Amino acid sequence: MTATWLIARRELAGFLRSMSGYVIAASALFVQGILFNALALGPDQNRLSTEVLSQFFWVYSGTMIVVSVLLSMRLLAEERQTGTIVLLASSPVREYEIVLGKFFSSLIFLILITLPSVFMPLLVLVNGKLSLGHVATGYLGLFLLGSACLAIGTLGSALARTQLLAVIISGGMIAGMILLFPLGSLTERPLNDIMLAMGLWHRHFPPFQSGLINLRDVVYYVAVTYFALFIAIRALEARRWR
Amino acid sequence: MIEVDKLTKYFGERAAIRDLSFSIARGEVIGFLGLNGAGKTTTLRILGCLLLPSSGTVRVDGLEVTQNPYEIRRNIGFLPDMPPLYPEMTVGAYLAFAARLRKVPRQNVAAAVAYAEEKTALREVHGEVIGELSHGFRQRVGVAQAIVHKPALLILDEPSAGLDPAQIVEMRNMLRGLRGAHTVLISSHFLTEISQTCDRLLVIQAGELVGQGSEDELAMAMGRGSSLIEVEVKGQPNDLAAGLAAIPGVAKTRVVSTSESATTWELTANRDVRAQVARTVVTAGHDLLRLEQNERRLESIFMNLTQASPGGPQ
Repeated sequence: MTATWLIARRELAGFLRSMSGYVIAASALFVQGILFNALALGPDQNRLSTEVLSQFFWVYSGTMIVVSVLLSMRLLAEERQTGTIVLLASSPVREYEIVLGKFFSSLIFLILITLPSVFMPLLVLVNGKLSLGHVATGYLGLFLLGSACLAIGTLGSALARTQLLAVIISGGMIAGMILLFPLGSLTERPLNDIMLAMGLWHRHFPPFQSGLINLRDVVYYVAVTYFALFIAIRALEARRWR
Repeated sequence: MIEVDKLTKYFGERAAIRDLSFSIARGEVIGFLGLNGAGKTTTLRILGCLLLPSSGTVRVDGLEVTQNPYEIRRNIGFLPDMPPLYPEMTVGAYLAFAARLRKVPRQNVAAAVAYAEEKTALREVHGEVIGELSHGFRQRVGVAQAIVHKPALLILDEPSAGLDPAQIVEMRNMLRGLRGAHTVLISSHFLTEISQTCDRLLVIQAGELVGQGSEDELAMAMGRGSSLIEVEVKGQPNDLAAGLAAIPGVAKTRVVSTSESATTWELTANRDVRAQVARTVVTAGHDLLRLEQNERRLESIFMNLTQASPGGPQ
């Protein structure tokens, strides 16, 4: 486990030292700020605080997905592109330690750049009342969604040779998983039940958005994270054949 | 220390290496010689447990690479053809990271980094960012990461690639400095470098081992004399050819060039016959202008081995 932490720490330092980390963080906050202003604070001032908050998390879930894909693209694809993967592959380090180290570094970085957005929901306090539990639940949902998307991104990065390809692969997988829900509602039984339940967003995120924690949704996101990382580890192991 | 038996690796339909067998003793410095695409890198990557073989066995210290890759990697230092460097890190931080990855205990990391920096003459750039170093320095950082944990086996894939002549000499001296501390495997197509640094050469062509042994053993296996001698004599002494051919040990004479002023012969001999050649020329009453043993001997052995059909002299 020390190797995981070692790799995560180096990667995190890489995020903090590279320009791209800050650019992604700044863009995310900027876009989020504008959308919060335009939609949540919007022209209609006679709304309940919970509605505003719910809309904030609704918007943020989209930002979260894009940011996760962008953060995770470099994780393994960049190492392969620059040849540094050999340093890890020739060391007594197991594949799961590499994948987990990479994943945790991006997760920590995602949390770091999400924290500054807390001022937005707190702004609601200026004119209204706010349930802090609702805020915490919304952020928990964002955290779970972000972790699932980062895991899928890590998988894309493990499969791809270049970062561009990694973005395309993970973006495609995430879009496909989101679209399972709308497609499921057009499909017949019994397939539709499965597709509706497997959708990445429509069924599982909105409860968090409105302040509800369902064990079902938590388990879903944890399971997606687990399976994506599991396949990423297998993909990395399979690389030793080529 | 290393036992390779019938090692074969396929990439799709194409065999990168076929039925490769050799063994390496502890402390040996081995040169792995071959043209680009001959299968050197593939073999080294398998020995470094980066790649799995299609068939055959590779044992490092009695451990099988497919069964115990994790244990083997603890004792291996690997430098790929492109050094695996993180450009944003400083040399010191990078080496410390490499040492920790190779399970050097935390309290020994500083000493390990100091050892690697001393062996590779990197002290002065300890605090510098790798991305800003010259190519020669980066190559040395690559070697330093491979030795930082004092591995028993050191695998260096083309350590001199892309270096200028001065840096090649530096690298050669550095590699000599590693002798004794590690079993070293160096791949290269720089013949002169490899013959000066290594105890033994393995010549590989189209995925097969076409020759192994010291430079002299390879020359013997090629059925050639151990030396090629060039003699340049003033004028056109036509009577000299028979005299040169009659020197004991000379197998073949050949006129390389001839002009009004001088004639040059190339003699193939099974031992060093320079003294006899000089005497023959002078006693025949001619002026000896130049007499030299061919410096490019290894190159010709190499060309001969790699041009011969696979499965040639061993």
